[in-house]
Amino acid sequence: MTPDLNSKPQLAPGCRLNEETQQPRVLLMPEKALRLSGPSLEIVERCDGKRTVREIIAELQKIYDKAERQKVETDILGYLALLNDQRAVDFI
Amino acid sequence: MNTDKHTPLALIAELTHRCPLHCVYCSNPLELDTRSLELSTAEWSKVFREAAELGALQSDFTGGEPLARPDIVELVSAARAAGLYVNLISSGLPLDEARLEKLVAAGLDHFQLSFQGARPEIAAEISGTTTHGQKLRVLEWLGRHRVAVTLNFVIHRRNMEQLEEMLAIAEASCATRVEFANVQYYGWAFANRENLLPTREQLDTSLEILKRAQERLRGKMRIEYVVPDYYAKFPKACMGGWGRKLMLVAPSGEVLPCHAARVIPGLTFENVKARGLREIWESSPAFQKFRGEDWMQEPCRSCDRRGVDFGGCRCQALLLVNDAAATDPVCSLSPDRNKVDAILAGVAVAPVAVVTESKPEWLYRVNPA
Repeated sequence: MTPDLNSKPQLAPGCRLNEETQQPRVLLMPEKALRLSGPSLEIVERCDGKRTVREIIAELQKIYDKAERQKVETDILGYLALLNDQRAVDFI
Repeated sequence: MNTDKHTPLALIAELTHRCPLHCVYCSNPLELDTRSLELSTAEWSKVFREAAELGALQSDFTGGEPLARPDIVELVSAARAAGLYVNLISSGLPLDEARLEKLVAAGLDHFQLSFQGARPEIAAEISGTTTHGQKLRVLEWLGRHRVAVTLNFVIHRRNMEQLEEMLAIAEASCATRVEFANVQYYGWAFANRENLLPTREQLDTSLEILKRAQERLRGKMRIEYVVPDYYAKFPKACMGGWGRKLMLVAPSGEVLPCHAARVIPGLTFENVKARGLREIWESSPAFQKFRGEDWMQEPCRSCDRRGVDFGGCRCQALLLVNDAAATDPVCSLSPDRNKVDAILAGVAVAPVAVVTESKPEWLYRVNPA
C-alpha cells in the first residue's frame, strides 16, 4: 500500500529504536532488528505519531537538498510501506 | 581453537523449568533443573548486563513458564535497564490483568502467547491441564495494553485440521504476528514423535492454507511458518549456526549453545556463577566444539550449502544417527537420509482419520522438584 500523505506514521507497539548511546542504531521489533543509518534512521526517528508523511518528506528534502525531490518522496513512501508490511509502523 | 569473532544477537533466558503445563512436545530436556538450582534475581540481572555488553540486542524470556518466577516483573526491568529488548514466551498462566499491567510498565516489549490448538479439548489433551479459556482471556487483556503480541500455535498431526480456526482466533485478536510452528523433535517431543509427526498430505494442505492467509493478511499480520524438517530437502540452519548468533542460559546458570545440547555426550557446560558470559561465549569448549567448519565431515565439508545451514542440527544428528558431528540426517545429501525416510514411511501408512480420532498414549512432561 502507498501511505496517505496526511496520515501520521507511528511505531507499532513493541517496535522501538535502541538508545542513542547504543551503536549501531537499530529498530528493535518482535524477532527482528533492522540496522538503521542515514536516511532510514532519519525516517524512523520521525515516525512519532505527530508528524504527517508530508512533513517527514519535506524535512528530508531539506536535509538532502542536493537529491531530486521526487526521488526523495518516492523512497520515503516505499520505505514506510515496507515498515508497514513488517508491522513496524501504523498510520494514524 | 576457532578464533572467529561472532556476536550473539539474542540471549535465550530459560528462567525456570517449572511450568503449570505438561505439554507432550516440550523443548525442555528430559532431566529438568530443580527450583533450588535456579539463578537469583541478582544473578539474572548480571547475566542481562553481560549479554548486552557482548552485543546482544534481544532477550527471550522462556522456561518452563517464565511467569512461574515470582520476580518476573523485576527481571523484565533488569533486562530493559541493561539495554535489551524483552520478549516473553509464555503460556499465559499464572497471570491476571494487574500483573500484566506491571510487566508492561516494567518495559516488556513483546508478549508471545502459545496455543496448543483452536479448541479447549485438544489444548487439554496436549498440555495435560485446562488452559484454553485463560489464554483467550489473556489475549483480550493484551489488546488493552501497549505491547507487541505474537500468537504461537504449535502444530502437529493431532491439531493440523484446526488451522483455519487458529487463523480466525489470530485475526480476531490484537496480534500483529502469528507463528505456526511445527513441533521439532527433541526432548519430550522426540519421545512422543510417532503421535506428533504429520502426514505429507497434512503438511501440503497446511502450506496451501498459510500461503493464502499470508497474501490475504499482508500489512495486517505477519505469518511465519516453521515446517517439520523431517520432510525438508535440506536441514534448518539450527540456531543460526552453533555459537554464531544465540546462546541459552539454563535455569541453573549453565550456558548452552542450544536448548537440547545436553543430549550430546562429552560436552561440559560452564556456569555464569563461575565465569563471565563473554569468556564462556568466546572460548568455552562447548561453544567451540561445532563452531566454524573444522568439525565437519563429508558431505558437509565440501558442500556449497555449508555456509547456509552449517550442517543442520547437531542434536538431531546425535538423536538419529548417534554422531553429533554427522551431517544432519534430514539432509537429502546425508548418507543416513534413509533413516528419516523410514520414520516418515511409518507415518504415511496411518490414515489421518484414524490418527485424529483416538487419543494416543502420551508421555507427559513432568515438573522438576
